[in-house]
Amino acid sequence: PWSRGRGGSGAAAAAAGTGGLLLSLSETEQQRYSELFSRCCPPPEAAAGGSSVGELFRASQLPPDTLHQITEVCGAKRVGYFGPAQFYIALKLIAAAQSGFPVRIESIKNELPLPRFMALKNDTEVRYGTPAEFHGVKFQVPHATLEKNSYKRTDEGDKQEAKSPPMSPICSPPASPSTYQRIPLSYGYGKARSGLEQQHGAPYEVRHCTHQQDGPSSGNYGAKSALPCSTPNRSLSVEREQQDSSTQYSDDPWRITEEQRDYYINQFRSLQPDLNAFISGSVAKNFFTKSKLPIPELSHIWELSDVDCDGELTLAEFCAAFHLVVARKNGYQLPETLPETLLPDYLQAACLKPVRDCALFDSYSEPLQGSQQSRDLSRTEKPSAGEVPDNSALLQDAKKDDKQALKVSTTLKTIPKEFQHLTLKTAAQEPNALRARPRSRSYSSTSIEDAMKKGEEPPTPPPRPQKSHSRASSLDLNKIFQQNTQAVRSGWLPPPPPALPPRPSVSQTEQPSEAELHPQMNRPPSQAEENSSAKKEVVLAQPPSKPARRKLRTEAQGLDTPELSPTINVTSSLPAVKPHLPVQKQSSKQKRAIQTAIRKNKEANAVLARLNSELQQQLKEVHKERIALETQLEQLRPVTVL
Amino acid sequence: MAVCIAVIAKENYPLYIRSVPTENELKFHYTVHTSLDVVDEKISAMGKALVDQRELYLGLLYPTEDYKVYGYVTNSKVKFVMVVDSSNTALRDNEIRSMFRKLHNSYTDIMCNPFYNPGDRIHSRAFDTMVNSMMMQVC
Repeated sequence: PWSRGRGGSGAAAAAAGTGGLLLSLSETEQQRYSELFSRCCPPPEAAAGGSSVGELFRASQLPPDTLHQITEVCGAKRVGYFGPAQFYIALKLIAAAQSGFPVRIESIKNELPLPRFMALKNDTEVRYGTPAEFHGVKFQVPHATLEKNSYKRTDEGDKQEAKSPPMSPICSPPASPSTYQRIPLSYGYGKARSGLEQQHGAPYEVRHCTHQQDGPSSGNYGAKSALPCSTPNRSLSVEREQQDSSTQYSDDPWRITEEQRDYYINQFRSLQPDLNAFISGSVAKNFFTKSKLPIPELSHIWELSDVDCDGELTLAEFCAAFHLVVARKNGYQLPETLPETLLPDYLQAACLKPVRDCALFDSYSEPLQGSQQSRDLSRTEKPSAGEVPDNSALLQDAKKDDKQALKVSTTLKTIPKEFQHLTLKTAAQEPNALRARPRSRSYSSTSIEDAMKKGEEPPTPPPRPQKSHSRASSLDLNKIFQQNTQAVRSGWLPPPPPALPPRPSVSQTEQPSEAELHPQMNRPPSQAEENSSAKKEVVLAQPPSKPARRKLRTEAQGLDTPELSPTINVTSSLPAVKPHLPVQKQSSKQKRAIQTAIRKNKEANAVLARLNSELQQQLKEVHKERIALETQLEQLRPVTVL
Repeated sequence: MAVCIAVIAKENYPLYIRSVPTENELKFHYTVHTSLDVVDEKISAMGKALVDQRELYLGLLYPTEDYKVYGYVTNSKVKFVMVVDSSNTALRDNEIRSMFRKLHNSYTDIMCNPFYNPGDRIHSRAFDTMVNSMMMQVC
């Protein structure tokens, strides 16, 4: 009743205020405008508070100059305040502008939809018709399907909020997923965005209900996202206004729909073709910076989504981060903690599994990926007896290749199932990054000088992809891994390399353990090599950090192969690893494969041995320099310290 | 339970400083600042030996009648300083060490965030939460 009264008077005032311009407000418009007006000026005053009006206008997502124009046209500038008349006219002008009409008095004579405002607050306590606080009714991000019910929706939304806070704060639940569906469909970071930011007129048509239904080119949707971009201050002001915690979010806004997921995955692919690998921090940073969200928000999004805190994003983490960005752009406030539906575990289980299964990747070796893709990586079955030794040998060959650009591409075809198994497992586990992942950083001894001196790698980087074993199924792998780690640390045993006749007999767990062991043991020499200098290939290994490192490791591992006979290798490795490996028969095929592998490994070994010696030499030199510098420093130090 | 926790950058400016009784903040700021001298002293005292042999945990820097100050320095010369109420006698060295370890872990997590530029002030909410959990609960 109160609002209606105001509406009535407002309309009359509008008519009077504009000096004869008769604003005919429809019933719904009256209602809406009066409601908005009451929100802008809580106590029954004549004029709306400037700041709240400003916020409301900014929430309309119109560019600032349009808003200025509107302010001028509606007469607020002239009279110096936003009276009801001016306010209503302004609202009507906003509606007009949003519909693509120019900001003119004439345009408001038309039949216009209600003006749309971005969600200003995510306050589920907003009650319908509570003028006391300016909560900025949560106007849904405009959508074609929702447009008709825009005003009705807010009513419903409010009432629903009153009834059931868990429901989507913005509007009826069915609407919100569709929201998300639309938005990312053509989210178009980058070119589309920058291009669209220039257009102001055209994009607004997108938001008009009649046009929208679908079919709009990606450009239009990009416009939608561009609109938030073009008003970064709005988002900041929105952030300021939003006080409420995120706990009121229902699952809906944070649930990723199929379309969204596909979109995210495509985006992931564009950054990183290997779906099971990571997106590095800098790449992700550039990508998300394009969304034009402020850096602190992006930082917070990263914190939320990088669950294992390794500075990189797996596919699941990336999807979560992207989803958060999308949500933020649409006005949702960022939650304090990652919503359940965005947890990598959940995402992994829910949707990424099919992707992963067909992805067939070795999470470690990016270069390997191409060849591995062609293969059919079935998950962690016990490899056939014959394949295993081939596989390990071939794998090492493969790694060698990638690293040093040798041939042996054919050997890649028969990918070591064991390694596949291993990497698949790790791939599975990576996205399931646990918050409580084991902290393998040992602070007391992981200084860089440490690593350099001792040539022992800090524990963190190589195990990183495997750190996040959170699946129960991977528990044994975890244990084995750590066992191997310790075995390696205690003594650097020569790795059981390619030709391992007994290997085929090994059970699942044993195979990964061996594979793990190889890399583990190779890490120290590889680390020494890597750290000692900016040697070309070695350093090349560095940037693809983890994948390359593993390759390097296995290559270094290959180093030792010729020195020891296979049997010795086997036996020496056996004590290190779990005692397993009962000897088993081999088919002749296996033997042949093993022999080829041995030959190839020997070649690789020779090369690596040379490389190794060179690097060792460099390492020594660097050490000498370092000692010299340190002595100098010590001599200087007494002088500086008082 | 700490009364004040500070993260000091290598160049000895604060990256993060938070104290519990907010009215006495200035006093804690000053305390932390003066404790930096002690930290440097400890670092240089061990400086004869090679850096990597240095313990990260510096232990009690200096006690006053009201509180004790503990220090911890990372390998990149980022210092954590913790001021603890003296009346809290139950707080043992181990606990202090574990608190520093948690701090260090959280700090490393922040570093992993590509949007964080080393040398900026720390605004991470996760870090705040962790620090809050370590601070003295003021009734």
